[in-house]
Amino acid sequence: MAASNLILVGVNHKTTPVEIRERLAFTQGKIEESTEILLQYPEIQENIIISTCNRVELYARVDDVEQGIRRLKDFLCQYHHLETDELEPYFYSYQDNETVEHLFKVSSSLDSMVLGEAQILGQVKDAYTLARSLRATGQILNQLFEKAFNVAKRVREETGIAESAVSISSAAVELARKIFDDLEHHTVMLVGTGEMAELAAKHLISYGAKTVYITSRTYERAANLAKTLNGCALDFQNFREELHKADIIISSTAAPKFIIEKAMVEEAIHQRRNKPMFFIDIAVPRDIEPEVNDLENVYLYDIDDLQGVVNANIKEREREAEVAVEIIQAEVEKFNSWVVSLDAVPTIVEIRKRAEAAAMEEAEKTLKRLPHLTQEDHDAIQTMIQSIINKILHKPTVNLKKKTQSNEGHTYLKAIRELFHLDD
Amino acid sequence: MIVFYNISLVGYLLGSLLYFVQLVYRRPLIANLAMGTVIGGFIANTLVILLRSQETGHGPYTTSFEVAVFFSWVFMGIFLFANWKYHIRDLGAFVLPVVFLVFLYSAFLSREVVPFPDTEFQALLTLHRTLSIMGYAALALAFAVGCMYLIQEQQVKSKKLGMMFFRMPSLETLDTLNNRIIAIGFPLFTLGFITGTIWNMEMTRHSFFSWDMIKTWPLILGWLIYGLVFFGRLLVGLRGKRAAQFSMAGFATVMLTYFLHV
Repeated sequence: MAASNLILVGVNHKTTPVEIRERLAFTQGKIEESTEILLQYPEIQENIIISTCNRVELYARVDDVEQGIRRLKDFLCQYHHLETDELEPYFYSYQDNETVEHLFKVSSSLDSMVLGEAQILGQVKDAYTLARSLRATGQILNQLFEKAFNVAKRVREETGIAESAVSISSAAVELARKIFDDLEHHTVMLVGTGEMAELAAKHLISYGAKTVYITSRTYERAANLAKTLNGCALDFQNFREELHKADIIISSTAAPKFIIEKAMVEEAIHQRRNKPMFFIDIAVPRDIEPEVNDLENVYLYDIDDLQGVVNANIKEREREAEVAVEIIQAEVEKFNSWVVSLDAVPTIVEIRKRAEAAAMEEAEKTLKRLPHLTQEDHDAIQTMIQSIINKILHKPTVNLKKKTQSNEGHTYLKAIRELFHLDD
Repeated sequence: MIVFYNISLVGYLLGSLLYFVQLVYRRPLIANLAMGTVIGGFIANTLVILLRSQETGHGPYTTSFEVAVFFSWVFMGIFLFANWKYHIRDLGAFVLPVVFLVFLYSAFLSREVVPFPDTEFQALLTLHRTLSIMGYAALALAFAVGCMYLIQEQQVKSKKLGMMFFRMPSLETLDTLNNRIIAIGFPLFTLGFITGTIWNMEMTRHSFFSWDMIKTWPLILGWLIYGLVFFGRLLVGLRGKRAAQFSMAGFATVMLTYFLHV
């Protein structure tokens, strides 16, 4: 059949170790060359190559599924000078619906190592743009990839798959935003200048936090970091007196004992008239007395607590992925009916042509044997033949159009084509 | 009227369920459906009030039935406004059950038409009833928001971030909303209280302190609690968890007053 026969051959981080993936990967220039080579094969109509550090995937529309898959596998091995037998167990291959579903999952980041990461969508877009510029894509792959980008957008908007934080510093930001909402009018204080603290501070600043105080046992380090973060360095001796000015405090000193104690925070919160404070203690051993968390309107998270949040968030993303799968399945069905409907119109036309040809042939034979009929009689007979064809084909045409919109459209169409012997 | 009454009741019931489902399984379709049924219920509620007023010839605050229906309507109106203004969709899961229960309660009340009390101070009584019901509805919303605050606060404090953590707005948003609602609800409540007292004084020609104490004590307690939240925030920075707890306690007394008073 003309429209369908979408196939995919690939390897990814789930099926294949990195030693093999890196040998199969394409660089930019190699993708162009390979796309051109694939187009030379007569059985391949359209193709797109996606090559990232986690996956190498070849998408194609072909005349024959099995032959096409074989061809893509052989090409991948030959091009990289590898043995097909050696690689066979690593490959996965999909056809038609499965191909569509897989691409939708990949671009929605359901197939990524970190569920919901944003990078993959850009990589798929780049691959598509390149293939398109090489004229390696046609109506079907264009529609497939455009649709995949839509689906990815839907998944991102309608599920929380990319929402929750999956790193320590982004978890800290997420918590800060659940306490303070908008960070714009909030003040951050760094106690100690550890690398993690700096990272978290940068993250908070990117979400709008404006004022940053930095203090460190060595004033110079505080001053240096203050320069990079556009903040204000404080003397370590006096930082406790400024504590009440800070909404978010990130502590990361190498001090062996607690440097921020409950009584201090109690005093600060009193000065702040109960405005909430969020303490992030990423030092080991810890800098902040754990009982600080017992104070009202004060929240204290240490490194283990943040790790716990990250773990919970990964679970949350997994839950959201289930919602995403539902969206994807619905979209696969829609795409499928679009593809089948492409086949429906030519099928209807072909059946009609067959019927007309047969009727006309028989009519001619018969009319030859009836020379006494006038031209008017001829016309009347022709009209009658047309009417019979229309009457007989009306219902099948309507039903076929209707059926191709449904799930079993593909099977239905295949049966019709076989019944009428349209594919020989 | 009865048709619209039933539509409204069913709308609020479905709305409650859909908002709850949407809280657990976040689907845009369900959220839109919830919003649709709730707006449908609200329109039907509006029609019930209009038709009822036409029938009785006075505003919807003479019998318990009318008060319950009017209360639901005001509460929904404030909720829809807050939802539109602050985009807190999940507030519905906390508000709609309350609205539905109040509305359901009204189903068991007598629908007999009672003429408006023929007194000298009709305007004052109307004012008292309108202000009070609007105040109560605002405070009911403060109850719902307080409830959300406590759930969210508990999650952040205990460091066990459940599903609700992701679904619900930040503590600051909820606290600000609580503050604003009480800043509207408390003055309305106070004005309702004052107009009611004056009306009572005029009617009975008694002194200021001649109330029926059994009926009135929860009202005074409620007023004190909301006063504490309202002025406490202004003067000593009472906020967050305490403010949420007090708002909820205050609403309990409001409910008590409703059953004793109306």
